[in-house]
Amino acid sequence: MDALTLSRLQFAVATYFHFLFVPLTLGLSMLVALMETQYVRSGDEDYKRMAKFWGKLFLINFAVGVVTGLTLEFQFGTNWSRYSAYVGDIFGSLLAIEATAAFFLESTFIAVWHFGWNKLSKKAHVTAIWLVAIASNLSAFWILVANAWMQHPTGFVLRNGRAELADFFAVITQRFAILEFIHTLGGAYLTAGFFVLGISAWHLVRKQETAFFKKSFRLAAAWTLIFALFEIAQGHMNAEILSTAQPTKLAAMEAHWETGRSVPMHLLAWPDAANERNTVQSLSVPSGLSLLATYSTGGEVKGLKDYPASERPPVLPVFLSFRAMVGLGVLFLALGLWAFLKRHQITEQQRFLRVLPWLIPLPYLANELGWTIAELGRQPWIVYGLMKTSDAASPLAASQVGTSLAAFFLVYALLGAVDFYLLFTFARKGPDAATAAAK
Amino acid sequence: MLESIWFVIWGVAWAVYFMLDGFDLGLGTLFPFLAKDETDKRILVNAMGPFWDGNEVWLITAGGVTFAAFPRAYAIMFSGLYTPLMLLLFALILRGVAFEFRGKVDSARWRATWDACLVAGSFLPALLLGVAFANIFKGLPLDAAGLFHGNLLTLLNPYGLLGGVLFVLIFAVHGALWLTTRTEGELQARAGRMATSLWWAEAAVAVAFLALTWFSTRLWQHVLARPVLLALPLLAVAGLLLTRVFAARGAWWKAWFASSALILGAVLFGVAGLFPDLLPSSLDPAASVTAFNAASSPLTLKIMLGVVLCFLPVVIGYQLWVYLAFRDTVTAESIERGPSY
Repeated sequence: MDALTLSRLQFAVATYFHFLFVPLTLGLSMLVALMETQYVRSGDEDYKRMAKFWGKLFLINFAVGVVTGLTLEFQFGTNWSRYSAYVGDIFGSLLAIEATAAFFLESTFIAVWHFGWNKLSKKAHVTAIWLVAIASNLSAFWILVANAWMQHPTGFVLRNGRAELADFFAVITQRFAILEFIHTLGGAYLTAGFFVLGISAWHLVRKQETAFFKKSFRLAAAWTLIFALFEIAQGHMNAEILSTAQPTKLAAMEAHWETGRSVPMHLLAWPDAANERNTVQSLSVPSGLSLLATYSTGGEVKGLKDYPASERPPVLPVFLSFRAMVGLGVLFLALGLWAFLKRHQITEQQRFLRVLPWLIPLPYLANELGWTIAELGRQPWIVYGLMKTSDAASPLAASQVGTSLAAFFLVYALLGAVDFYLLFTFARKGPDAATAAAK
Repeated sequence: MLESIWFVIWGVAWAVYFMLDGFDLGLGTLFPFLAKDETDKRILVNAMGPFWDGNEVWLITAGGVTFAAFPRAYAIMFSGLYTPLMLLLFALILRGVAFEFRGKVDSARWRATWDACLVAGSFLPALLLGVAFANIFKGLPLDAAGLFHGNLLTLLNPYGLLGGVLFVLIFAVHGALWLTTRTEGELQARAGRMATSLWWAEAAVAVAFLALTWFSTRLWQHVLARPVLLALPLLAVAGLLLTRVFAARGAWWKAWFASSALILGAVLFGVAGLFPDLLPSSLDPAASVTAFNAASSPLTLKIMLGVVLCFLPVVIGYQLWVYLAFRDTVTAESIERGPSY
């Protein structure tokens, strides 16, 4: 394999792995902040135990999220130096703003929260977790603004042989960025919701700490339902904006080859990229795609054949990822609805409770599928329409990248195994272990 | 002008990073020598506990400043120094999780494993950053296109290695002094003895490094051309001497601040001596990456200056608050009482 392919693989490994930890950080920080706020307002010690128990799992998850984030900042320079030099004027500043405006706050106050239980007043302590929650979400905003610029570059001029900033507010307020941000947050909040539901269910089935986990379950059920609804309604906008912003991605997501009007949506299809057609195509909704993409049954939707093969993303993985992600979204809504409706008699739902812990991985999967669509669907571009991925890599030897890639596999596999083992162990131990042990 | 301002911010970001993370990297390096039993180990870890993560963000900021203000320098530096940076990354990753993981499973082998990661993950970054910066002072084999003509071995020249050793020693003394301010009794005395005895090695290597800098780099010539900048190496030397003076009297906080002055003075001396180069080329001076030929557009530099002026004072404010809020000494009782690592 050449250095370019290896660098792409390394980016994929680093990003997929980092994003196993980010969503829970974003969502669980909010839930823990809500729990502790409840404690400060009502004085109910149960909520303090909840903040401590879920907060402990939050910290175990956070540790790996934060160190693997370091990789992401480094590797634009290490592996994508030509990209960095070409668009650093815009992209680099967004990352730097993330560090100064958000990451400092998050990293400083996570420690204040962890070590401050007995040192700070109740109000100061709950403020610390809110600062962590807000800062981590703010951090996501800046990172996603940067990613959105790669998806849909705006507010720049080509000057001095590179892309230079022309309109900062256009970059940070563009619709693509806002949609990407709230869609990612929705997915992250769902991940945290199912995490709390699943672990609560595990304990409820075993009749351990029933009052504690019923309270956790009720909070998470409402939270999950809200964001499951939100994600589906909002997710539609993310697909719709692609019809103008990234037509090749949308066409790949839908395996849509021929430009036309009144384009149907095929619920069942199997794309065959080599022959530029679908081998299977049935259960079609007439004009469905036109309606969703343009809000008009006669609207025109660009097909992949409008673009040279060298400018199309790999169709099959993008297509399948999209189907699977949407399917999961619908499942999350059904599960969230059921959890919410039955939240007061949840202990009677034994079968549901037994299934829920096994569903914890599903939102993680949906998040990664979403990134697969976003990043793979953007190919062959690193910055859509502006710079090809193949022009962006550093001038490195394949052996260098091969070695570091092997090290990433090894170190990340170890970290992942240890972290999930610890999450699993401490989730099973329940709240007493988290409250009693100071460690 | 904007470029020069950003050059200063770039240098200050690195200097502050080394001053802050320096003590926890140093303490991590000395871990096996200072901690005799599990209680000592936990005291050491908790002496860095509330601070190390916030300190490390200064590295992200220094990297971010390089990327935002001097994208071409960021691209050339990070891809040229690929292998050492990957090593640095893995070291920092394993070190970071070691804090969270070590106390989570009650097993001596488990703890020993993560302690090893903490030690290696503290020692290696100190060494690598020293080697990298000494080589930057000396000049990297860069051609006009910014291509790096060398490998890891190119960097392991005598001057580079001496820079690495110097960083390890400075951070070790800095870390031992930090521990004296955070602890009491036997552990404090041990850390104090460690700091004072390592000081001799630190001073010897520092003198050798400064002397070799005359021959291996153009830093002195640049600084002598603007004599006001001599204040920086003087600050470093004064910091070094005062570290010893205060440490001998057991004035630990003062000694730690003197050590901080040494780090700030030394790093800023190096940075000032580089100006306007960010990455001087050893192949051809004209191929050097400078604050002017690597800078972002004036608009980006202006916006980012606004961002930095708005946020960094706030950051410094709340980080100072954290240092004050967690100023109590760490003892066996305090970590039992928790919360702690």
